[in-house]
Amino acid sequence: MSFFTDTRRIIKIGFVNFWREGVVSAATVLVMITTLFVIGSIIFAKASLDSTLTQIEDKVDITVYFKPGVLENDILSIRQELLNLEGEVKEAVYVSQEDSLERFKQRHENNSLITQSLLELEENPLGAEINIKAKNPSQYEGIANFLKNSQDNSEVIDKINYFQNKIVIEKLTKIIDSFRALGFGVSLILVIIAVIVMFNTIRISIYFSREEISIMRLVGATNSYVRGPFIIEGAMSGIFASIITIALFYPFLLWVNPIAQNAFLGINIFEYYVNNILQIFAILLVIGVFLGTTSSYIAVRKYLKV
Amino acid sequence: MIYFDKVSKIYSKNSIAIDEISFTIEPQEFISLVGQSGAGKTTLLKLLLAEEAPTGGKVFFESVNIHSISRGKLTEVRRKIGVVFQDFRLLPNKTVFENIAFAMEAAGKKDEDIRNDVPQVMDLVGLEDKGWRFPRELSGGERQRVAIARAIVNQPDLIIADEPTGNLDPLNTWEIINILKKVNELGTTIILATHNKGIIDSLNRRVITLEGGRITRDDKEGRYIL
Repeated sequence: MSFFTDTRRIIKIGFVNFWREGVVSAATVLVMITTLFVIGSIIFAKASLDSTLTQIEDKVDITVYFKPGVLENDILSIRQELLNLEGEVKEAVYVSQEDSLERFKQRHENNSLITQSLLELEENPLGAEINIKAKNPSQYEGIANFLKNSQDNSEVIDKINYFQNKIVIEKLTKIIDSFRALGFGVSLILVIIAVIVMFNTIRISIYFSREEISIMRLVGATNSYVRGPFIIEGAMSGIFASIITIALFYPFLLWVNPIAQNAFLGINIFEYYVNNILQIFAILLVIGVFLGTTSSYIAVRKYLKV
Repeated sequence: MIYFDKVSKIYSKNSIAIDEISFTIEPQEFISLVGQSGAGKTTLLKLLLAEEAPTGGKVFFESVNIHSISRGKLTEVRRKIGVVFQDFRLLPNKTVFENIAFAMEAAGKKDEDIRNDVPQVMDLVGLEDKGWRFPRELSGGERQRVAIARAIVNQPDLIIADEPTGNLDPLNTWEIINILKKVNELGTTIILATHNKGIIDSLNRRVITLEGGRITRDDKEGRYIL
């Protein structure tokens, strides 16, 4: 007896059974599609939630206002200190006194009163600024305290707007974190439900074959020879289901995309789908084949005890 | 060839299926096992196939205690035993040819041998032209022939037939028995469990009579006596 002959026969029997069991195979594939659709939807939901949250995070920053007349070199050295805080500061943009005035003018160009009063001033009333973006919103407090507590800085820094916006930033950070946790929790529950439903469907379909399994054992087939075709069938359900699922996402996302883009600030999920179609298909395929084969393996084991 | 050594099978206190049975079967014998329903015939055959484990005693097949060997070895033993059931037990999703070929495939026989041997046994049981049918498309008699073909295709040392004619009309019954006789003449030991008085009386071979889990008669050229 050779391993290759056995493997070839097992694969052939698996294929033939898959077609002949028609309705049962179709039902299994259908449930598998549901499972994979849930998992795929979670992938897309996570992608759009992530990008939405990242965009919100990106809108948070703090600005350090320097007193007018502080030397540019001093400010740049503070900026350098900030950038040295590795793992915390993502970027620190220096805005010189002149630029800051320029921006101020632009922002208020329609307000004649402000423009007039600026013209009457001889000196630039505004100080230079540094705009700081942290890698994570929770780090803003640390950065702000770092600047405030440094002795040399207290003479040059006018104010740090973090302390005005503290409450808002903290709240936003909490909301973002809890959204991430919630997303993870909901996904986990959905995946568990989908996997249980999948497993039970395969178990029921194999339950109908329990007679056959005992006959095959009595005719002198080894356990692996009996189990093999069922595992092939499980793998085939996974392959078919993942192909159909990835195809179903095309019309589905086309329909859902405009709605989702209104609801989230996030990305265009349809584009995300088109750009990542191979990776997403690979994920669904691996999950489908894995679920199909392991469920079959476990389900057949029960009837192999003869 | 087969030796039952004080074998008991007790399901519960009130249900003793087999009670300390001992007997020997020689190669190439044709043995009929008779007894009323519940006398223990089927249990005895299940013990011989190691489908069930005995409560006490030992069952030897070709000097091997089949209840103390590994599952791998048990599979090898089963390939030397062909089984025919009252309810046929064919694989419903396989054609006649595939059902018979399955026993050979499972035993790891070569494709060449399968292509040669399967049509031969189909001839032997009279199913030459039914190879592509599914079991559901066959009559009871035809199904039982498939089961016999599957049982003999690996040229087993022993064939166990548990009420093989129980679901068949008289004509088919005789044809099945004739096939079994032919197989026996070719050198295979046969154990036939049956209710059918006519068969037993006409066979004129060894008959073991079971009653309440015990052997009450064991006649060399027996008749059906209950």
